[in-house]
Amino acid sequence: MENEANNLISIRDLKVHFPLARSAWFGGSQSIVKAVDGASLDIRAGETLGLVGESGCGKSTLGRAILRLIEPTSGQVLFRGHDLASLSNRAMREHRRHLQIIFQDPYASLNPRMTVGQIVGEPIETFRLAGGEAKKKRVQELLEMVGLSARFLKRYPHEFSGGQRQRIGIARALAVDPDFIVADEPISALDVSIQAQIMNLLDRLRREKNLTYLFISHDLRAVQHVSDRVAVMYLGKIVELAEAKSIYAQPLMPYTKALISAVPVPDPKVEARRRRIVLEGDVPSPINPPRGCRFHTRCPYAIESCSDVEPALVQIKPNHFAACIRISPEQPDIERVAPGDAPGLRAFSVASIA
Amino acid sequence: MRTSANGNLLEVKDLRTYFETEDGVVKAVDGVSFEVRQGETLGIVGESGSGKSVANLSLMRLIPEPPGKIVSGSIAFRGRDILKLSPREVRAIRGQQIAMIFQDPMTSLNPFMRISRQLMEVTQLHLGHSKQQAREHAIRMLEVVGIPDAEARLESYPHEFSGGMRQRVMIAMALSCQPELLIADEPTTALDVTIQAQILELIKRLKGETGASVILVTHDLGVVAGMTDHIIVMYAGKVFEQAPTSELFEQPGNPYTRGLLRSVPDPAAEQGKLYQIPGQPPDLARLPSGCPFAPRCERVQEICRREFPPFVQLTSEHYSLCHFADEVYAESQRAA
Repeated sequence: MENEANNLISIRDLKVHFPLARSAWFGGSQSIVKAVDGASLDIRAGETLGLVGESGCGKSTLGRAILRLIEPTSGQVLFRGHDLASLSNRAMREHRRHLQIIFQDPYASLNPRMTVGQIVGEPIETFRLAGGEAKKKRVQELLEMVGLSARFLKRYPHEFSGGQRQRIGIARALAVDPDFIVADEPISALDVSIQAQIMNLLDRLRREKNLTYLFISHDLRAVQHVSDRVAVMYLGKIVELAEAKSIYAQPLMPYTKALISAVPVPDPKVEARRRRIVLEGDVPSPINPPRGCRFHTRCPYAIESCSDVEPALVQIKPNHFAACIRISPEQPDIERVAPGDAPGLRAFSVASIA
Repeated sequence: MRTSANGNLLEVKDLRTYFETEDGVVKAVDGVSFEVRQGETLGIVGESGSGKSVANLSLMRLIPEPPGKIVSGSIAFRGRDILKLSPREVRAIRGQQIAMIFQDPMTSLNPFMRISRQLMEVTQLHLGHSKQQAREHAIRMLEVVGIPDAEARLESYPHEFSGGMRQRVMIAMALSCQPELLIADEPTTALDVTIQAQILELIKRLKGETGASVILVTHDLGVVAGMTDHIIVMYAGKVFEQAPTSELFEQPGNPYTRGLLRSVPDPAAEQGKLYQIPGQPPDLARLPSGCPFAPRCERVQEICRREFPPFVQLTSEHYSLCHFADEVYAESQRAA
């Protein structure tokens, strides 16, 4: 797709399918949840790539499949040229040192029976990076790095607030000196005033430690703030990819447009003037995703062929990719194409809010 | 419709709701006063532990007692003090004149009952509908909130709906008796942003059609910006700032409000370090003496740690709980 040498991680046609229990009646056919269904993405060394999408779009599954915390069904995950998806479990364990994850729920992801010192020290032991005094010193250093006092070493997770627990999770991820971190909704469970603290901390650590992030979130404001580039996911597919600035200033694909227009802006004057694209209905089930473009069932611009042709992610503008057959480099503006005429589609309202 | 002489549908005065805990008395709501005018939307903004939800549960007399207790204050709804009513009288108001929707619809929908029965029960109880009337009304309400194929969906169970649709069912139930006041406590927090936009639109539309007043409780400053007429900002059980919505955003008079506004990423601004309020949300069982925000405040002075701040009036409708409210207000004006 682009200059390969800069890519720390390259995902190629990744699929993660979950089989559901076979229905007992009528010898029912096997249902499959296609959580990630042919996603390709490059993550450049040193960047923060934001991954946004609504619940159930597969963004968390994609993040976990990169680290093989969930086994991919097919496709490749190249890390510095090695295909992680084809490594043996033992070889993968060695690689995990370079690839870490921070979870959404700082309450559930820390063992309540371990002290902070044990939690942060465990990965150091697992990878035999240090022992004895050196280990203790390293743990203290890590705690201070994330803004926690070293005197917290002997305390248990329940003695901390949500934001502090998230800092412990970050210290644990950093303990092995990783290159790449999947941050899976790292601020969603936190209070507004704490979200800014954690975003700033992650950004500072990225610069200091030369880290690369995949920042997964449904919070578009946060993603825009922390990311260099942003990928938008819908029902298991990447549907748009661009630099953070251009994706927010000029989203191309109708779904991205709707998503960005739906984010409430903390400014009453902007809110009063703004035109909001209100999508009808819910995200369809990933068990039987719609044929063709998966967004066609909710898209105001869908035409008949949208339900047939599966759109590829193509470059519409420089460094700006979108998967939509109704736009092209010659005609990048969806609002200039005729509205949808596909028969059988539900009526859509593009409500303007006065 | 009767309201008090000054046009207020609801007047809360000096409300105090305390909880007995192992750590001592937690003053979850501690001297909160506000009004809701006929037909207006009031936003209540706060972080966890600010007391915003406890304040609203107090309005409906839904505080579990013990450990909780409404210690003092008055809640005048159309001129009658809810705190002085018998449980029976409160039940008559609850659901009929004041309705509530929550963050998680499953807290107010019974998972074992078809939604037909849950919706019909409300109007049979409060409006004396016959079964047939209640059924027709239930179908109409589902149509009003935009549930496709309402008649068929009426016989579904709550789990057969998606999160956004369940929230619509709850709104249909809350609005069944045309309440005069709708309390929406984080109604869209669990929802995706496209669904959030649908639900907020719906609340706005229904409010316009029925003329109801709304209290919208949220931590999201974006949500209150587009939905409310007035806002109160709560912290540590107190009202820290109270103002008309546009004024609060343009010219905050409290360092906490200003910090909150600045710590939200602004899509128009450059990337870089985000403003952050230092420290943790307060532990209500261990509040510092003086101003509860003092340990986190960027402009804290000696007096803030010693004395509780005054509630300073800045303009006719704008108040701020701060020793330096006038200065903060003037600074915000210069910055704007």
